[in-house]
Amino acid sequence: MFDFITFIPRAVMQGIPLLFGSTGETLTEKSGNLNLGIPGIMYVGGICGVIGSFFYEAGKSAAEMNAFLAILIPLLCCLLGSLLMGLLYCFLTVTLRANQNVTGLALTTFGVGFGNFFGGSLIKLSGSELPSIILTNTSNIFRRHLAVGDSTGAFGKLFLSYGFLAYLAVLIALAAARVLNRTRTGLHLRAVGESPNTADAAGVNVSRYKYAATCIGSMIAGLGGLYYVMDYASGMWTNNAFGDRGWLAIALVIFTVWRPNVGVLASFLFGGLYILHMYIPSGMNLAVKELYKMAPYVVTIVVLVLSSMRNKRENQPPASLGLPYFREER
Amino acid sequence: MNNKKRSPLFHVAKRAALPWYKSWAIRGGAVLLALLACGLITTLVTGEDPIAVYVSMWEGSFGTSRRFWVLLQNIAMLLCVSLAVTPAFRMRCWNLGGEGQALIGCLAAAACMIRLSGKLPNALVIACMCVASILAGAVWAGIPALFKAKYNTNETLFTLMMNYVATQLVAYYCVVWENPKGSGQIGIINPNSQIGWFPVVGGQKYLLNILVVAVVCVLMHIYLNYSKHGYEIAVVGESERTARYVGIKVERVIVRTMLLSGALCGLAGLLLVGSTNHTLTPTLVEGRGFTAVMVAWLAKFNPVWMILTSLLLVFLSRGAGEIATNFGLNQSFGDILTGVILFFIIGSEFFINYQIKLTKGAGKED
Repeated sequence: MFDFITFIPRAVMQGIPLLFGSTGETLTEKSGNLNLGIPGIMYVGGICGVIGSFFYEAGKSAAEMNAFLAILIPLLCCLLGSLLMGLLYCFLTVTLRANQNVTGLALTTFGVGFGNFFGGSLIKLSGSELPSIILTNTSNIFRRHLAVGDSTGAFGKLFLSYGFLAYLAVLIALAAARVLNRTRTGLHLRAVGESPNTADAAGVNVSRYKYAATCIGSMIAGLGGLYYVMDYASGMWTNNAFGDRGWLAIALVIFTVWRPNVGVLASFLFGGLYILHMYIPSGMNLAVKELYKMAPYVVTIVVLVLSSMRNKRENQPPASLGLPYFREER
Repeated sequence: MNNKKRSPLFHVAKRAALPWYKSWAIRGGAVLLALLACGLITTLVTGEDPIAVYVSMWEGSFGTSRRFWVLLQNIAMLLCVSLAVTPAFRMRCWNLGGEGQALIGCLAAAACMIRLSGKLPNALVIACMCVASILAGAVWAGIPALFKAKYNTNETLFTLMMNYVATQLVAYYCVVWENPKGSGQIGIINPNSQIGWFPVVGGQKYLLNILVVAVVCVLMHIYLNYSKHGYEIAVVGESERTARYVGIKVERVIVRTMLLSGALCGLAGLLLVGSTNHTLTPTLVEGRGFTAVMVAWLAKFNPVWMILTSLLLVFLSRGAGEIATNFGLNQSFGDILTGVILFFIIGSEFFINYQIKLTKGAGKED
């Protein structure tokens, strides 16, 4: 019998980093910026949080730590790190009008390198005597959940067993969906992504919207990295452990046809697909597990193809996705 | 009435084409600035002497003749993937699937080596490998191309996803063909019989790859600049509507170019398996499909300049490996340096394409 009660919480925990990443990337893409730097930004977000809490936790016992500061410091470091990455991307693509694909890939190279470098050498650089980066105390604070969650059986396990960042991810996704579809700001933002010329003519400041959407998007995506390290990985940084989740987050954007609210459930589905191979009884045949890992990507391709075949206008990528905007160019 | 309006200090205008030496002077300047910035970062972060770091980077690439050959081999492989994605890029069709297309080429070559050894003579196995890898690469690029041509499916995202499908497919076969059993790895294929191993040319293991890629580079230059196909690609890239108007079958050009692109990626995979590594792992291509995007773009999609830009990127990563061992730093420090240098070069493109004009009477209020 397939054990849903243990499977679903695992799937949700896998899905949360993807949800952060895809919400951030959706906002970014709605402004017409195809930010392929998201995987790098998520690494930077994660490692910046780790650096922050590493210095806070150093030499303190669990009792000495202030729970509020232990959360605030990594959170702010993470947001600052990913904001800087977003600003860099915007400066290159919006102000200097560079090619978005190339800038994004360079950003990913840089970000992954940044994460792995500091993850690998933080100990050596700071001259501390710890054997590896294990932020158990901070992680325990991040993973705290309501006590009711443990006593309410299956219901508690399914809905109440996660750290606060998981609920934050869902809230941010729902809020992003509302802003995009129900507010004037969202309307302007979508206009910038669909047709910057029109938006410009209507008096919308195209550059400002692109900057704002991309930077906020990067910060949201960076939180995904933080959640992964602090909550999912129990505060232990391992180089390259985050893996290809950043690309999966970009896949998720397509899968949800640019709708953050759909992303909530879709990310859990992706999380489930990502770990499905551990739960499928395959006996001695280990090879099949590798094929199951293909599932999220294949599903994404199918959605991409189907949505382009049906050609419904509301399911298309933003029309000017990937194109720099220069007013004097027609 | 408030008529006071501050006129902006400067405005940005498109530049007419710069002569090539000026634009390369700007790029060179950007690289120099980037190296300065990298030196600064190195000193700040690690406390090492930046000059010593650069010297050891140089040593890592050119220090011994063996290192030099490895450098050349890496340039050749990166250049091969870059050349492969170039025709698609010239058409403004963003083929980010070089990684997967090369990997599927590796898979096809390895499959022939494993399944056909002992059944066919060596020469036939090698022939099968060539055909299979190139076809596999072409098919892997052809699928997104068909959908792009028929339904205008976004090729950037499609090819990106195909990379991971290829990776998992290779991971699957790595377990299926594992050797020895239970290791989950393939190891060196046919180590004793050397069936399917490409012949060593001129006593140098890597020379064959370098020669093949050099030929591909020249052919690609001719194809893009002096053939009808190359012209059609350029027109489609500039404006699809114009292309349709002058009677170019855009769909056919898209599919044809992507097939070529994939086939060359397959060739890169073939060379990696048949001539260099003689094994198959899911990470055999080492991210070259992504680096190739940057190589091609930095060279403005010009096959000859690509030799230089791939030299730059390979030099950086080889040098970084050397720094890592010499100074006890993490291997990833090289990625940081590569990223910084790329940012500078990407930023410098702005000053090649645009100029900043000071507005007359700037800053005055009137």
